[in-house]
Amino acid sequence: MDGPEHVFDDRTPGVGEHEPTATYLSYTVGLGLAILATIASFVVSQTDWLWSPGIPVGLIVLAFAQIGVHLVFFLHLGSGPDSTNNVLALAFGVLIVFLVITGSVWIIANLNSNMMPMSP
Amino acid sequence: MTLAEIDRAPNEVSSERARGRGGGGPAPKRIVVAYGFWIFILSDMVMFSALFAAYAVMLGNTAGGPTGAELFNIRSAFIETMCLLLSSYTCGLGALSAERRDPARFLIFAACTFALGAAFLFIEVTEFAGMVEKGAGPSRSGYLSAFFTLVGTHGIHVASGLIALVYLVAQVIAKGLQAAVLRRLLCWSLFWHALDIVWIGVFTLVYLWAT
Amino acid sequence: MLGRLTWAAIPINEPLPIISGAAVGLFVLAVLITITVKGWWPYLWREWLTSVDHKRIGIMYIVLGLVMLLRGFSDAIMMRTQQAIAVGTAQGYLPPEHYDQVFSAHGTIMIFFVAMPLVIGLMNFAVPLQLGVRDVAFPVLNSISLWLTATGALLINASLVIGNFARTGWMAYPPLSELAFSPDVGVDYYLWSLQISGVGSLLTGINFVTTILKLRAPGMTYFRMPVFCWTALASSLLIVAAFPILTATFIMLLLDRHLGMHFFTNDAGGNQMMYVNLFWAWGHPEVYILILPAFGIYSEVVATFSGKALFSYRSMVWATLGICILSFMVWLHHFFTMGAGADVNAFFGIMSSVIAVPTGVKVFNWLFTMFRGRIVFKTPMLFAVGFIVTFAIGGLTGVLLAVPPVDFVLHNSTFLVAHFHNVIIGGVLFGVLAGINYWFPKAFGFTLDERLGRASFWCWLIGFYLAFMPLYALGLMGMTRRLEHIPDPSWQPLLLVAEAGAIVILCAILCQIAQLYVSIRTREQRRDLTGDPWNGRTLEWSTSSPPPDYNFAVLPRVDSIDAFWHLKLAGRPPAAPAYEAIEMPRNSPAGFVTAFFAVVMGFSLIWQIWWLAILGFAAAATVVLIAGWSIEREHEISAAELARMERVR
Repeated sequence: MDGPEHVFDDRTPGVGEHEPTATYLSYTVGLGLAILATIASFVVSQTDWLWSPGIPVGLIVLAFAQIGVHLVFFLHLGSGPDSTNNVLALAFGVLIVFLVITGSVWIIANLNSNMMPMSP
Repeated sequence: MTLAEIDRAPNEVSSERARGRGGGGPAPKRIVVAYGFWIFILSDMVMFSALFAAYAVMLGNTAGGPTGAELFNIRSAFIETMCLLLSSYTCGLGALSAERRDPARFLIFAACTFALGAAFLFIEVTEFAGMVEKGAGPSRSGYLSAFFTLVGTHGIHVASGLIALVYLVAQVIAKGLQAAVLRRLLCWSLFWHALDIVWIGVFTLVYLWAT
Repeated sequence: MLGRLTWAAIPINEPLPIISGAAVGLFVLAVLITITVKGWWPYLWREWLTSVDHKRIGIMYIVLGLVMLLRGFSDAIMMRTQQAIAVGTAQGYLPPEHYDQVFSAHGTIMIFFVAMPLVIGLMNFAVPLQLGVRDVAFPVLNSISLWLTATGALLINASLVIGNFARTGWMAYPPLSELAFSPDVGVDYYLWSLQISGVGSLLTGINFVTTILKLRAPGMTYFRMPVFCWTALASSLLIVAAFPILTATFIMLLLDRHLGMHFFTNDAGGNQMMYVNLFWAWGHPEVYILILPAFGIYSEVVATFSGKALFSYRSMVWATLGICILSFMVWLHHFFTMGAGADVNAFFGIMSSVIAVPTGVKVFNWLFTMFRGRIVFKTPMLFAVGFIVTFAIGGLTGVLLAVPPVDFVLHNSTFLVAHFHNVIIGGVLFGVLAGINYWFPKAFGFTLDERLGRASFWCWLIGFYLAFMPLYALGLMGMTRRLEHIPDPSWQPLLLVAEAGAIVILCAILCQIAQLYVSIRTREQRRDLTGDPWNGRTLEWSTSSPPPDYNFAVLPRVDSIDAFWHLKLAGRPPAAPAYEAIEMPRNSPAGFVTAFFAVVMGFSLIWQIWWLAILGFAAAATVVLIAGWSIEREHEISAAELARMERVR
């Protein structure tokens, strides 16, 4: 925007720390971790290495782990005060996503179970 | 802005520098643009959440038609996932090269990103065409409607991302890596990383869940 | 070639829409001819249509909202008249097929094209001024938002004379809104006009979240922002989080209608309840998108006209944020009777009651602000006091409806109709009218006529009570909503009272038109030369009325809440400020031209003229791409130039 470029105390998502040399490495580390998580979830779903009722839980845990890897290593969201705004916005978004998905599933499952059985 | 530049910035409002409280006056344009785009991405995530919710609710509504387990090819889902993941990686490296004002390397990474994204789309379209051919098109059942809409919306995002990439590469070639173009590239890379995050949800909840 | 569009689409045999459509058409034509004859086009194009100035955009939003208010209100008075006379053997003057379109259009227009533009318009006008900055974060995007909203409004009005509108109610529940039961263009008009204007709303939300969080005058920390900025932030966050749900839901319904999918159909595994669920997952936050900025306006108005700082600023802020989050956890209370179990209904019933707590905190804060204040009863303050009383009633009936067993009795009755009109008129509309009366001198440099303002307030207040209190009683007597014929003659007396209320509201609107007319005629006597007609507290009053394009020659420095008030207490700062060069955004035709092609695209999609739809979309996308190509979007005003402009003012 216009206006003098004052001291700024926040950071955009997707931009690495102030020392860019670290970031080639961080992308590569992120890629490695993400590939591991992906392969793990495909393996978990296709084999019976995991106790079968635990598979959905395992998949969800792995998906969240991978999303976390992407956020930290690709989008460079940190815990520092300079990305507070970015993280807060993300938290709000995650809350809404959570509410919409679980709320809908809960409500519709409840409606379905209260439905009169289909004939015959 | 580097740390050194921050140190050189006028320090009149030092009492307000308490971080995160934002008393330092209007933020620089780069921050403003990227933050606005970040908010846009979050809104896009919410839109996907409605589609995910519809898919989850419709899981059982196959109306006698085929289920996901009968239709999905895990191998091609895995290849798609890898394509998108690698493209996210090359996209990050491309953004980094752009930040370092290295247009040649940026163009190489952008080309890789485009190729991987296009490969992803090609596999997806082939898969869709195969399903429609088998009579398992989107109008077969509520379940398939939800599947095609969720995965298709992601595909449309990828396709528009590819168009935007071509457009931005054209800007880089025409104008060079100046600040305004860099801001747009930053937004684009945010978009691309976000699509990869949505895809994690898709392959977990759609492809792996079904099988 | 022209899809479904034939000459039969124009309802020549129905006198009402044709006559009103022709009247509106002639009026628009007369306006256009006047503009052409007087040679105003260059001025309009340069200063308004391509303007990216947030103040101008805000004013245009408000004009759009007020014009659409006339349309929505004429629907309302038609319905009231029909219900007052179509009793027993009398059939009234509206056939059911037409009446159904009227109530659908009334709801859709009032929510999307009256309440939203009015609220967003006031946010546009006031927020950057209150934050002490020169524009919003993305000025061109802001212009695109405005014109996309106008596109939706234009399309929905086109349905009056070309084809017809939905007969489904403003929520367009399937399966009634599915192709099998609504095969004509009515539902498509509804869906496409809301999709296009919804994109505009979403972009506005993004713009304002960014503006408020990233662009503030130096020293304005979060807890020094005026309360209206906080509520605008909360409202924008809700727009960002809720409108995508509506977009996705409408995409699903459109896919059902256009591509034969089965999201909400009766057959092949569709689930109508999912539509209702998703619609309200947007719909409930939407209520707060509208009411929160109104709360902000009341906070500004009450503090200003009581001559006191707002009581308990911090609790006001936390209540706003609390409502912002809670509003996403209550949506099932719109469909308690759909058949969820006691556990689900109880959860959402409790959450719905809980949301009354932060709202109650706010009401007490306003009361305590007024307590021992030096209250000046100007028109904005009258609306604020009228609001507190009226909204308390509406809030209480809301808590009543949040109790599931009660809701089972009152669901879909006119009790519900009375409740939501009570909170939307008594809350949102009163707030917007207070805001218009409050900020009008800032926008145009002269105050509005006080006598006619008061008259319009009293007509609104009395008219509202006359029109809607009978509906509470009728709802308890068992009258359901949307009746086109009244089977029980014992309801007629109360319906006649409601009709009288509608006529009093008509007087209120006429008073407002007269107020505008008189104020403009006598503007020379009512000039606001100080820039601070109300002895205001926040930064918008520190600049001149109307403000210069750049709002503030030098960005103000903020040390406290109510920054301008403290500045005044401390005495004005010494003159001869140090001017620095500033950058202002350039005007851009991108918004207007994009919207033009969006009209083409929307209209062709509704009538299934696919080639034209593709062309319209491609053209709109091209405009966006061309606009995105440019690098220089600002022009610089040098320090010397700025100093010269400041001297002239």
